[in-house]
Amino acid sequence: MNKFGIVFAHTYLSKIKSKSFIITTAIILAMLVVFANIQTIINMFDDEDALDKVVVVTEQEDIYHQLQSTMEEEAELVSSSGTLEDAQEVVRDGDAIAALEITEADGLPAATYYSNDYSNQFIQNMLENELQQIKVAIAASQSGIEQETIASIYEPVSFENELIPAVDGETSNVKSEEELSGARGLVYIILFLLYIGVITYGNMIASDIANEKTSRVMEILISSSSPVSQMFAKILGIGLAGLTQMVLFLGVGFILIKQKQDELVGGFFDVFGLSDVSALTFVYAVIFFLLGYFLYATLSAMLGSLVSRTEDVQQLMTPVIFLVVAAFIISMMGISMPDTPLVVISSFIPFFAPMTMFLRVGLLDIPFWEVGLSIAILITTIAILAIIGAKIYRGGVLMYGSSTSFKDIKRALQLSKKE
Amino acid sequence: MALKIENVTKKFGDFTAVNNLSIEIPEKNIFGFLGANGAGKTTTFRMILNLIDQTSGSITWNGEKIDYSKSDQIGYLPEERGLYPKLKVRDQLIYLGKLRGMQKKEVLVELEKWLEYLKVPQYLDKKVEELSKGNQQKIQFISAVIHKPKLLILDEPFSGLDPVNVELLKQAVVELKEAGTSIVFSSHRMEHVEELCQYLCMMQHGQPILHGDLREIKRSFGKKNLTVQADFDLSFLETIPGVVKVKYFNDTALCQIENEEISQNVLQELLGKGFIRKFELDEPSLNDIFIEKAGESYE
Repeated sequence: MNKFGIVFAHTYLSKIKSKSFIITTAIILAMLVVFANIQTIINMFDDEDALDKVVVVTEQEDIYHQLQSTMEEEAELVSSSGTLEDAQEVVRDGDAIAALEITEADGLPAATYYSNDYSNQFIQNMLENELQQIKVAIAASQSGIEQETIASIYEPVSFENELIPAVDGETSNVKSEEELSGARGLVYIILFLLYIGVITYGNMIASDIANEKTSRVMEILISSSSPVSQMFAKILGIGLAGLTQMVLFLGVGFILIKQKQDELVGGFFDVFGLSDVSALTFVYAVIFFLLGYFLYATLSAMLGSLVSRTEDVQQLMTPVIFLVVAAFIISMMGISMPDTPLVVISSFIPFFAPMTMFLRVGLLDIPFWEVGLSIAILITTIAILAIIGAKIYRGGVLMYGSSTSFKDIKRALQLSKKE
Repeated sequence: MALKIENVTKKFGDFTAVNNLSIEIPEKNIFGFLGANGAGKTTTFRMILNLIDQTSGSITWNGEKIDYSKSDQIGYLPEERGLYPKLKVRDQLIYLGKLRGMQKKEVLVELEKWLEYLKVPQYLDKKVEELSKGNQQKIQFISAVIHKPKLLILDEPFSGLDPVNVELLKQAVVELKEAGTSIVFSSHRMEHVEELCQYLCMMQHGQPILHGDLREIKRSFGKKNLTVQADFDLSFLETIPGVVKVKYFNDTALCQIENEEISQNVLQELLGKGFIRKFELDEPSLNDIFIEKAGESYE
């Protein structure tokens, strides 16, 4: 229908042209840029000369040189020719972060770390660890233990994780380790996107509708085109605006990560291991994200049509937000144990399913009928909500009053009752 | 070829908002709905617009039910101002015009014409929230008529306007009628209805208490108004048979009389009693008729 397009275009354009939308997007983009460049920014403020410099006072030249070479990347070790007091003076003046005195007792090294405060634990711990190793090596060679023996002592135990192959020799369907960690990354991303998306855009839909009611423009709108098509045009329009925002974020994030690939260890895709995720999981991610959005968007539109003032939106949206938060918490717990009964059961409950079923399908190997059933339940719920929502919307938009109880739903339905 | 409302009743739960309303609104005419707040005018309009369904009865326009396929031919000015406060007049009207099936270009041409007509061309690029209530009402009016509707429904179009602008809008309404638009409008101001409408319907508590041709209604009402101003005591007037009631203001008495013959009896009684400054026989006003029919004071 043509008018559907007009409402859709108007909703989308006025949303992305609105000041609040532009400002929020800009702020988040700026934060992304800052976050990606955080290392550079920190380095900019770093006083290279002073911060990482440690003055070492010792007569143990061997230990000093060993320490200096192993600590090369973390700190600059400078040997002091003067006394400990001289070295402390250097630290006090801010030209080095600490002074380290290495002494010897029974042929083994001992050290004292002098600093102005206890704030830089990192360098201190590093020094302590390195010194510990040097000490072990010296102690070992003193007692006549071979270098190889020490190496084998420190070598981690061999611990392999193997799956029992299926009896009939067929290839197992169980997800591989790499695939699983990749899926876990994707599950995290989708959960967060759904959580943020539903809360932000659900609220946007509800307050947009409440706004049109407050300004009473609604009466003109519903006299020119059907409320049902308006409701869906609105849901889609704001959905697309949200998608625009997310694509912007992900796009900018992707470019930043590409540029910074060597700085950020391994890069984004490696961190989340997304390259190992199967195409099917990506498809499920899209399906469950869309279903989740529509489910909550329809619910929000319905609730938005019930209130007559924008201030009341929050009140009615609270239960919806509780639902999202509950779903989010269940899935977060479920990430490490996706086959607990709570997760299994909730993956068939409409308001939790978009998150929990995706979690299961991403992390476990579950029969297709279960996924199908969950998708069917979601689609049915969305359809039912849409039908009820459309009816409530039709009556609700004509209803003005301060009360925001759920009794209003009944009133709204009565108002829109057909013969 | 008209808007036909037949035996329409609307109930909200136990409350009957409109009870058995049957009227026919002829085409290319101005039809007035009168009644106090809560009389059922807005509910009736919403039923005509198919925003809510009647509990029983039928509403047809040119023999067909009104639905969204006809919305491009219908204009509606709701009682409460309904515009996007943050949107500029231009964008607002483009959106609302498009929703009534117009093209953007047409909207801009018509909008300029109307703004000129209503003497507010400077508001084209202003946000609605920056305008005064009266000027918002003008924009609202434009949004109702910009797509040249065949049926125009105006719910309290003159509220919140100063007398100059009321005249301006009245003139616009009359011109629209002349151009062939059927107009239904409501008001609780009798004089507006008296001035503009040929046909009217008076409603009270959801009941139509009077409807038909304005002149017909006045003629069949029978009773007349008689104004007497004199230098002597007029309190004896109410004792004359045929005088229904008398209101006194200083040296003036406003009488309602059974029929115009009574006025001659009154004149006989007055003669010789002293100096008579004014003796005037009038048609009853709609207000008088309404008060009489409703059986209670109004305003």
